[in-house]
Amino acid sequence: MIQFLQGLGKSTRTSFTKLGRATFFLLRTLSGLFSVLPRPRLLLNQLYFVGVLSFLIITISGLFVGMVLGLQGYYILSDFGAEASLGLMVASSLVRELGPVVSALLFAGRAGSALTAEIGLMKATEQLSGIEMMAVDPIKRIISPRFLAGLLSMPLLAALFSAVGIIGGQLVGSGLLGVDEGAYWSQMQAKLDFQDDIINGIIKSIVFGFVATWIALFEGYDAMPTSEGVSRATTRTVVNSAFSILGLDFILTALMFGDD
Amino acid sequence: MDNSVYPQNSLVSVRNLTFSRGDKKIFDDISLDFERGKITAIMGPSGTGKTTLLKLIGGQLFPEQGAITVDGENVHQLPRSQLYNLRKRIGMLFQSGALLTDMSVYDNVAFPLREHTHLSESMIHTLVLMRLQSVGLRGARHLMPSQLSGGMARRVALARAIVLDPMMILYDEPFTGQDPISMGVLVHLIKALNNTLKLTSIIVSHDVHETSAIADYIYVISDGKVVGQGSPKEIQNSASPWIQQFMTGAADGPVHFHYPAKAYIDDLLPSGKRY
Ligand SMILES: Nc1ncnc2c1ncn2[C@@H]1O[C@H](COP(=O)(O)OP(=O)(O)OP(=O)(O)O)[C@@H](O)[C@H]1O
Ligand SMILES: [Mg+2]
Repeated sequence: MIQFLQGLGKSTRTSFTKLGRATFFLLRTLSGLFSVLPRPRLLLNQLYFVGVLSFLIITISGLFVGMVLGLQGYYILSDFGAEASLGLMVASSLVRELGPVVSALLFAGRAGSALTAEIGLMKATEQLSGIEMMAVDPIKRIISPRFLAGLLSMPLLAALFSAVGIIGGQLVGSGLLGVDEGAYWSQMQAKLDFQDDIINGIIKSIVFGFVATWIALFEGYDAMPTSEGVSRATTRTVVNSAFSILGLDFILTALMFGDD
Repeated sequence: MDNSVYPQNSLVSVRNLTFSRGDKKIFDDISLDFERGKITAIMGPSGTGKTTLLKLIGGQLFPEQGAITVDGENVHQLPRSQLYNLRKRIGMLFQSGALLTDMSVYDNVAFPLREHTHLSESMIHTLVLMRLQSVGLRGARHLMPSQLSGGMARRVALARAIVLDPMMILYDEPFTGQDPISMGVLVHLIKALNNTLKLTSIIVSHDVHETSAIADYIYVISDGKVVGQGSPKEIQNSASPWIQQFMTGAADGPVHFHYPAKAYIDDLLPSGKRY
């Protein structure tokens, strides 16, 4: 029993010190953002790696999720003779929830794990030490541009996911199941609320992007400088990002949609 | 050795340095001096902490006790911006090369220039090609680090380390992985850099032969202590059994080839079962 408590105390302590390191790391990363601005090329390169390379997986997944929503929504709504609201249903599920959440999970798996592995390997092969010895701050030069790229990419990827998903729902709904195309779009336009749905969805994706990129970069930077350490860190990135995204989604949803 | 004296012409002074990794004491109260304009070598068995010493000098690790001054400044008390200014004047050749893997050879050598100077691209081009020429890799400038052999990578790293014309270069094992020809060129290059640019060089190596050929002064470190020092001649003629063993490469002697372990027989046989 005592041993168990000791173990518990020890692991709590290590997770708190890790949280402390992560916070300190975040502060340094944020202060490094100022030196990214005068060097747009660094940012553009990272936008390409972090953002553009996630395009394909986001587009394809968005399309399928939208198509499934179209099918499921149709079966439910047609029971009530409300097929005309299919567009609204698909769009609000995507914009409020699935767009930000699923694209963030995919982002963590695709871009986040790649970031952790890249930074971890740079550490293991002494590239970060080398940069430091050349009097260049690795946080400013390596970490901050990647962080900003993740921050900027995530809302765009989420929007892309939702947009493609809405088209997927329409393809299934009107193309396959015979829902009136005009009704699909007009109900969506009439009932989707800019503030409640779209802005809140964007806020979610910004928060998720922030957290997922932070976790990915920190895990890489904090990894043990060995191949085993890097592979463990990569796993931790995916797991911790998924937990954080889903947990934060609950909190944000409760805050945003709770009082109406 | 009188520890309070800082010899006038020493660029780097290590005073009463103690440093541990976990329970293992890597350095136990050692003091070293590295003279300006000279090539000083640090030799010692693998795992004695030679790389660690270079990282301490560069301010990447912090000593538990003692102080390290470089050009009169205490490395570990400098604020970050001044430490970075100091580092701009120090070139370091990492044991692994530490080239940036997402850049070509050319961009790697150009990296310090692009970060720290406002030179035009054509100036950078000239400087980079000059440095690559001196290590014999001008033709390899378009290759990526993953396409280089270990020895080539280290020569590129050397070109990068000297591109800012530093006052001092720290070489971590510059000779490992070099064939006899590039080895000869490297030895010559290090000597030439030192003479023409009036650099101070610190070489970490266990290549007894090459190092003795160019060093002005040698420290032999083992088990956290300085076990011998002097000019290459003095070292070679040293009566100390430590040094004799190291210079001749015998496996038995005061320096242990084996990492500390329990008795061999106890490790091989499960405890208590001696037949
Ligand atoms: N990051 C680390 N964490 C813990 N121990 C370390 C670490 N790096 C090195 N060590 C230990 O410190 C000691 C000195 O390592 P160092 O790399 O300085 O040796 P070295 O003299 O450069 O050896 P070599 O000639 O093989 O390069 C070794 O015994 C090693 O086990
Ligand atoms: Mg070493």
